[in-house]
Amino acid sequence: MKRPRAPLFLKRGSYRKRRLRDGARMLPILGAILMLLPILWTPGETAKADTATDGIYLFAVWIGLVLVAALLAPGLADDRPGDEGEER
Amino acid sequence: MPFNILVLSCLAYVAFLFLVAFLAERRAAMGRIGWLRSPMIYTLSLSIYCTAWTFYGAVGYAARSGLEFVTIYLGPTLVFVGWWLLLRKLVVIGRQQRVTSIADLISSRFGKSNLLGVVVTLLAVVAATPYIALQLQSVTLSFGVFASETPEGWALPDRDSTAIWVAGGLALFTILFGTRNLDAKEQHHGVVLAIAVEAVVKLVALLAVGIFVVWGLAGGPAELFERIDASAIADWDLQPGRWAGLIFVSGAAVICLPRMFQVMIVEDGEERHMARASWAFPLYLLLMSLFIIPIAVMGLERMPEGSNPDMFMLTLPLSEGQGTLAMLAFLGGFSSATSMVIVESIALATMVSNHVVMPIWLRLRPKAAMSGDVRRIVILSRRLAIVGVLTLGYMYYRLSGGSAALAAIGLIAFVGVAQVLPVLLGGLYWRGATRLGAVAGLVTGFAVWAYTLYLPSFGPGAALSVAVFEQGLGGIGWLRPQALFGVEGMDPLLHALFWSMVLNTVAFCLVSLFTFPGPVERMQGAAFVNVFDAEAAGPQGWARGRAEPEALLVMTQRILGKEAALAVFAAEARRQGKDGYLPDATPDFVAGLERRLAGSVGAATAHAMISQIVGRATVSVEDLMAVANETAQIMEYSAELESQREELTRTARQLREANEKLTQLSVQKDAFLSQISHELRTPMTSIRAFSEILTEGDLPPEMVANYGRIIHEEAIRLTRLLDDLLDLSVLENGSVQLNLGLANLQQLIDRALASASHTRPERIFVIHRDLPSENLFVRTDADRLVQVFINLISNARKYCDAAAPELKITVRQRAGRVSVDFVDNGSGIPKQSQGIIFEKFARLTDQTRAGGAGLGLAICREVMANLGGTIGYLPGQGGAAFRVTLPLRLEQQAA
Repeated sequence: MKRPRAPLFLKRGSYRKRRLRDGARMLPILGAILMLLPILWTPGETAKADTATDGIYLFAVWIGLVLVAALLAPGLADDRPGDEGEER
Repeated sequence: MPFNILVLSCLAYVAFLFLVAFLAERRAAMGRIGWLRSPMIYTLSLSIYCTAWTFYGAVGYAARSGLEFVTIYLGPTLVFVGWWLLLRKLVVIGRQQRVTSIADLISSRFGKSNLLGVVVTLLAVVAATPYIALQLQSVTLSFGVFASETPEGWALPDRDSTAIWVAGGLALFTILFGTRNLDAKEQHHGVVLAIAVEAVVKLVALLAVGIFVVWGLAGGPAELFERIDASAIADWDLQPGRWAGLIFVSGAAVICLPRMFQVMIVEDGEERHMARASWAFPLYLLLMSLFIIPIAVMGLERMPEGSNPDMFMLTLPLSEGQGTLAMLAFLGGFSSATSMVIVESIALATMVSNHVVMPIWLRLRPKAAMSGDVRRIVILSRRLAIVGVLTLGYMYYRLSGGSAALAAIGLIAFVGVAQVLPVLLGGLYWRGATRLGAVAGLVTGFAVWAYTLYLPSFGPGAALSVAVFEQGLGGIGWLRPQALFGVEGMDPLLHALFWSMVLNTVAFCLVSLFTFPGPVERMQGAAFVNVFDAEAAGPQGWARGRAEPEALLVMTQRILGKEAALAVFAAEARRQGKDGYLPDATPDFVAGLERRLAGSVGAATAHAMISQIVGRATVSVEDLMAVANETAQIMEYSAELESQREELTRTARQLREANEKLTQLSVQKDAFLSQISHELRTPMTSIRAFSEILTEGDLPPEMVANYGRIIHEEAIRLTRLLDDLLDLSVLENGSVQLNLGLANLQQLIDRALASASHTRPERIFVIHRDLPSENLFVRTDADRLVQVFINLISNARKYCDAAAPELKITVRQRAGRVSVDFVDNGSGIPKQSQGIIFEKFARLTDQTRAGGAGLGLAICREVMANLGGTIGYLPGQGGAAFRVTLPLRLEQQAA
């Protein structure tokens, strides 16, 4: 039994939806990289007082992630069967 | 503040929570779920991630290690922000398989293996003990803070007794909340709403303290930054390994912690809710973390040297004379601790009862699935498990001395539960993951964690001897618990995390690669990994369902309760279009029932119980082959049915034809009766009339002779008619004596033509013959055969209506049989009459009533039957055509 062939090109709506999901998959990776960044500039013992600035940086990244996730969430939760199908 | 008031406010708070839970339960019971299951409640219920560790411990953590505390919240943030990757799949699987706990999920994925359920349960219970001890410790400490406030009024004589009171109270509260009923899907609307309320309380408390600290004590944000820079934790000592490791382990823990799994998947897992929580929960965590550093900094600045930084949340407001704020903070901390303990112990109790107690009980009493009250046993075992879990937590608290930093204790638990992660991820994304691999991975990870982190946490000389610490297990140097394989100088937590996760994953993958999964396991693996491909595909059918519906009902009642079970069965019966409460135990129904029961007692137990009723303990390859065999038999049977059906159709057609013939014959018979009487009467009438005239006398002699001749002719006609009738009845009875002998067919036809030429001698017939083909000898009764030929030729002479009549006689020999065709060039016999010409007294027309009573062809048919041959009408030959078939050599019949 052959599975129905997936369309090669999608309509604009479903294309957007898929890219939205791609974005949702990339977001945690981006977040992880941003959160691990302090390792690069705060190696162990430094004389500089960096708790305050690094704290601001981390919370800024955090808020950024929350905002982007909030923007993506409605589109992701909407799982109505999209207008999949070939571009014509 | 008097201790009594403190205790009283705690009790009042608990009573309030209980009321909230009770109202929610009642509302849910009335079916008005509504906002009880909304994304907001869902997000708030997730906040049990933030326990007393967050509320008290985070400040202490920040005071000790600066910004590192935030890793515990960054991990979950990443997991939730990336919900599309993992959590969504978990939620869908959890809903589809009616998963009741993380142990149930793992057990279900690997072929409903009970062994795995036990391993995960054990791991979860052991890993939870430090975590529960942490909550007890924090509540005890917070009581202690208020106690020390009034030096002489009331002192806590013994911290351990406080802890035991707290543990007992929490156990009671949890039992009242969590085990009141045994729900079909292990959902506790009351508890969820209560922890949502607690989530608000702890957030408000923390924000209130934070705002007080920033604007009340520090004098605004700008001022605060200067204070941070001036504080002891101004220079943040980031250790890259710990930083990354802690983000990873907290991310793993938020997925694997039994209580997180409970609220995230079991209670109310829905994609819609998860979408909201994907940003709202990280936001909650952010708000909870926002004021940790300021509070820690101000605490370090204001509080005397040596005071416990874990209690800054309380001591700071108290020292500033903010009693009400301290009270709010106390309630916030109390909320954090109680909600964690309640949900954690409900989750653990579910796991213990479903994966440890029930299987043992079912094994000890195999008939119990039918006879015992399973509900009672399940609830009892859960209550005992709650008490057991809290007792273990209390014992850990006593053994560890109750003095360690809260965050350090919590991290031990985190690394413990993170051991489930490789198996979980493997199970969800890798179809090659096997049960034995999972067991190997979990046991390895559990052992390494216990040896390198859990047991050492009691301190040197407590669980592990000092010698083991220094020389390694059995004196082997590379087995030192904090320097495995000779890796020294690593942070102990990171060391344990690294080795346990690496060895766990390696064991899991290697054993999976080299083992072969069983049939159920493979089906479940496919169902889990490809969950989005075929949402409806069940794990396995009860194809050979021989279950008695009544037995199923009895068992379901024991688990779901009488009314719920009856409702389920009645609904199914209605769906099947039956009255009453007993539907047929179709495979679909049994599979659905199993999932429903799995919601109460776990997949493995439900499977075992259904198996006992259906009469199948496990599914083996033999079973599957038997099923396949059965399918083949069914297919064969249906093919047989199909052929039977065709035969029936054929028979019906024949019957219909026979019926038509009978109807026609009956009409003919009526016609004949009048005809035969007519046939018999006509000669009889003439005979009577002429014989009367003759008896009167006085007749000229020529008249007498004439009348006598007429009487004679009529008598002959009568005799011939009676002869025919007699002949026919003899032939029909089969009692005719055949006079067999060799005869030349050509001569027979010659004889027949000569005899038949007397019929209507005035007509000139052209006879077409093929003499050479006729020249063959047949062994038969020559006289009878000639009788048939004469009849056919006479008929042709009588009825052929062509102007220049012709008769064609063809002889063929084939396979021991001879066929002789007589075809004339008349108009033939109409189709509707072809069926009846061989019947007795059938006469098609009255136009040429040349003797005979319509018995000729009937006699022919009987003769041919006696000669072992047939006679039939050949349609479509351009005229009336008859075919006589007879065997070349007729043997004397045995009969």
